[in-house]
Amino acid sequence: MIDSLDAYLVLSALLFSIGTFGFLARRNAISMLMSIELMLNAVNLAIIAFGAFVPGLAVDASVIAIIVMAVAAAEATVGLAIVIAIFRNRRTPLVDEYDAMRR
Amino acid sequence: MNFDTLIPLIAALPLAGFLFTAAVGRRLGKQAHWVPVLGVGASWAIAMLVAYTALTGGEPFGEHGHGVSLWEWIPAGSFVVEAGFFVDNLTACLLIVVTTIGLLVHVYSIGYMAHDPGYWRFFAYLNLFMFSMLLLVLADSWLVVFVAWELVGLSSYLLIGFWYRKRSAALASKKAFIVNRVGDVGFALGIMAIWVNTGTLDIRESMEILLHGDALTIPIAIVALLLFAGAMGKSAQFPLHVWLPDAMEGPTPVSALIHAATMVNAGVYLVARASPIFASAPEAMVVVAAIGIFTAILAASIAMTQTDIKRVLAYSTLSQLGYMFAALGVGAWTAAIFHLMTHGFFKGLLFLGSGSVIHAVHEEQDMRRMGGLAAKIKWTYLTMFVASLAIAGIPPLAGFFSKDEILGEAFKLGFAWVWAIGFVVAGMTAFYMFRLMGLTFWGAFRGPKEVWDKVHESPAVMVVPLVLLAIPSIGLGMFLGLPLGDSTLHHWLEPVFHEAVEIGHHELEPYALFGIDGVLIIASVAVASAGLAVAWWLFGIELPGFRRSGAPERVAAISARVPFLYRASLNKWWFDDLNDLLFIRIGGRVAAAAWWFDRVIVDGAVNGLGAVTRGAGRGLSQVQTGRVQNYALGIAFGLIVMAGAYLVIAGR
Repeated sequence: MIDSLDAYLVLSALLFSIGTFGFLARRNAISMLMSIELMLNAVNLAIIAFGAFVPGLAVDASVIAIIVMAVAAAEATVGLAIVIAIFRNRRTPLVDEYDAMRR
Repeated sequence: MNFDTLIPLIAALPLAGFLFTAAVGRRLGKQAHWVPVLGVGASWAIAMLVAYTALTGGEPFGEHGHGVSLWEWIPAGSFVVEAGFFVDNLTACLLIVVTTIGLLVHVYSIGYMAHDPGYWRFFAYLNLFMFSMLLLVLADSWLVVFVAWELVGLSSYLLIGFWYRKRSAALASKKAFIVNRVGDVGFALGIMAIWVNTGTLDIRESMEILLHGDALTIPIAIVALLLFAGAMGKSAQFPLHVWLPDAMEGPTPVSALIHAATMVNAGVYLVARASPIFASAPEAMVVVAAIGIFTAILAASIAMTQTDIKRVLAYSTLSQLGYMFAALGVGAWTAAIFHLMTHGFFKGLLFLGSGSVIHAVHEEQDMRRMGGLAAKIKWTYLTMFVASLAIAGIPPLAGFFSKDEILGEAFKLGFAWVWAIGFVVAGMTAFYMFRLMGLTFWGAFRGPKEVWDKVHESPAVMVVPLVLLAIPSIGLGMFLGLPLGDSTLHHWLEPVFHEAVEIGHHELEPYALFGIDGVLIIASVAVASAGLAVAWWLFGIELPGFRRSGAPERVAAISARVPFLYRASLNKWWFDDLNDLLFIRIGGRVAAAAWWFDRVIVDGAVNGLGAVTRGAGRGLSQVQTGRVQNYALGIAFGLIVMAGAYLVIAGR
């Protein structure tokens, strides 16, 4: 069981679900960014697992994983910058109070 | 002589007079007449020179006229309209009538309108009219003719409603304008039909193509009838005749100039100008003749009982215009223009004379409160007497020659019915004119005594035009109509109507003074004399050495003998009531229904669509909460649905 692909995929799905739940349930922008990171890493885990267990995919999986990490880093940087900028303006990290466009 | 500059000047001078007077006339006060009168005077002089040169065939006119191209008015690809003038012998004849009577009416108005607060406005409008009318007869493109056609309609509207504070005048001007629009729609459609058929709006060019070109898209009879519809409106032919009697609400010089001598002739001019088109459509010609002669007898029958002096003359104008159309319809083109010219002069004179009478008796227009005026206003009386003889067709005055030519040619061209009706109308004409003379000038005065004491002859500025108009009323017929059968006017207009006569195959048999023509002349003189005699028997006469008084009791007895005819004539054959019923009551209902449909169904559909769209937008905007989590939830659900669908499909 420990060495099976299924175990990794179950863990990955679990992490992704936790990330999704966090993104939907949390109101704090920082927490939401963290949830996104969790989802991205869950996906990365699944990709690496496929690379390790399926013989022909090893190289491709590594490349994709590295690209995902790079994108995730960039996304986190931009996302944090935006959150900080909004926080300075609005004095709150809660996304449901960012409602200037509705009024 | 540079005619390329002179011809545009004929129309440009009155336009300049109009613009000048409209701009600064108010400040000129009682001097406002100088520029308009002198402008029209100069225009008259140039027109006389042009007409003389054209009619004698001088350079550059020759036989077939001379065109002056001014500029390309509408250059739009293959659709090009040129603004230009064209003078041939027909235009020359019209120029003589329009500018001469126009000038005399201008002079007369100096006296007639002297005490009117709108003095300068009156002269501005008169000059606008002169410009429009001259543009109409000079234009060489159908579209320019149409513009001028509308311009004369506008100036007619402005002048009928000149005393716009008077409700009846305001209503009459609207009536004239609206009734004219009915005809103008036909005219506009006719012009479009010409363009569809020929691809050009130049009058001569289009006529050439219409007659010698390939098969036509629109039958030529339709084109002719559409043009005639326009002519019916402007020349007040049945059933569009109702506006002209009401137009008498305008000042009397206007009635003389626009509603007797010039503008109402525009329809006759139009048909004559398009004579080849009409000649190629014999069906349309019969319609023209029938409507013309019917209008003639209808209007003459109404004129016999009217009591307003100007209305009698108005119905008489209708009747004479009917004669002209009858002449056009039977193919007696020259006779129609002949009558147009002579009628212009003696009817203008009659109207100006009636204005002088109205002035003399203190703005009274009802002939029942006149009578015996001959002694006090001698000049007016004499000139009107001459004009009445002329219109009645007593030789050798002008009306005799032209009317006799119409009747004679109608008979000889095989339209015996036109001749028969016209023959009766000739008698009626003599009757109602001498009824007017009898009621106005002879017998005893029937108005209040203080008015009688103040009756006075008009100032010289009004009397001189009367005398000047009396000259052509006497002599124009002899000048243009002799020798009989081979007259001067025939020679003038032969090149213009040559084509129409050839198409119509209306070759007249040679004139026979001691044959059929002599008999016809004797017959029409006899019927005119009979009408005259009846009028004298009923309404009296006062000539030097011969005098008999009127017999009101005989008039009453005769009216009582034919009560229906009398009432029909008095009530103008109920045409105003018919129009009231058809267009005000029934038409009003239809309009109200159409309005309801527009308001409820059309507007309802459009507004309903708008309301639904707005409601939908408002409802859907609730989805846009602005909360990121809601959107993310949507994305997540979408993902689940898509993944689920994939699994279901892939699983099968």
